[in-house]
Amino acid sequence: MAKVTFNEELCKGCGLCVGACPKKIVKLSSDKINAKGYHPATVEETEKCIGCAFCATMCPDCVITVEK
Amino acid sequence: MAVVFKKPEALTDAVLHYCPGCTHGIVHRLVAEALDELGVRGKAVAIASVGCSVFSYNYFNCDAVQAAHGRAPAVATGVKRACPESIVFTYQGDGDLAAIGTAETVHSAARGENITVIFINNAIYGMTGGQMAPTTLPGQVTQTSPYGRDTNTVGFPVKVCEMLSQVDGATYLERVAVNNVKNVKAAKAAIKKAFQNQIEGKGFSLVEVLSTCPTNWGLTPEKALTWLEENMLPYYPLGVYKDKYAE
Repeated sequence: MAKVTFNEELCKGCGLCVGACPKKIVKLSSDKINAKGYHPATVEETEKCIGCAFCATMCPDCVITVEK
Repeated sequence: MAVVFKKPEALTDAVLHYCPGCTHGIVHRLVAEALDELGVRGKAVAIASVGCSVFSYNYFNCDAVQAAHGRAPAVATGVKRACPESIVFTYQGDGDLAAIGTAETVHSAARGENITVIFINNAIYGMTGGQMAPTTLPGQVTQTSPYGRDTNTVGFPVKVCEMLSQVDGATYLERVAVNNVKNVKAAKAAIKKAFQNQIEGKGFSLVEVLSTCPTNWGLTPEKALTWLEENMLPYYPLGVYKDKYAE
């Protein structure tokens, strides 16, 4: 099982990770705003994560850590 | 569980000042990963340029020098010759490398300086607010080309890799892009090779990275990736333009 962690305070809500995820489980949270004023990216259905790290590869701000 | 992806040690904890979705952040990370993987972070010297990447000395966790606009390859020449054991790289945008710094770029390549140049081409002047750059595509709308770049009056874009491939002193020239995962991985390999060349004393290596500027292109970050793919890739074909030591 894979685990993906978002450092939400660093996220600028650009959504490049959303487009990169092959499982389409990365989303910009609609109910949360970080200190920068962005909707940070997050994964709710963590059990579907395959740990490919595509999201982290496309993230310009090193928000994402992936464990497998 | 093992960590399969985390922030490289060669990046500091400073928060990147780049706009949301700007691919400068990706390229910063690729450079940092290359420094970590080659084990040269302790002797690396970054030469920061002028432009959006001016603060890169805050982000790379190694020694750094801030050069005057366009002069990064000249400063890199000095650092490398004075401290030949250090690993010297410049990180420059198109306004820096392909406009005001064209002479320094061409001549450091012609001299075959043993340095690594990371060149970000986003076809626009980012920091100053989206004016036309030497690399702006024909017909591309910018603040100073509101009807699209007219090649009859302002000429054609500068293709840096093609230009430098005619310079005998250059060792390794490759153009990559960071518009999708596959291309990011290829970009990483090219950047790593450019540093490996320097470690082996092979001479001047330049990696041109096609990058996005969502803010000044007036597009969302995701649409900017598509724009890069549809407009920049046909004009700036990816590939290795010179590799003196290719087998």
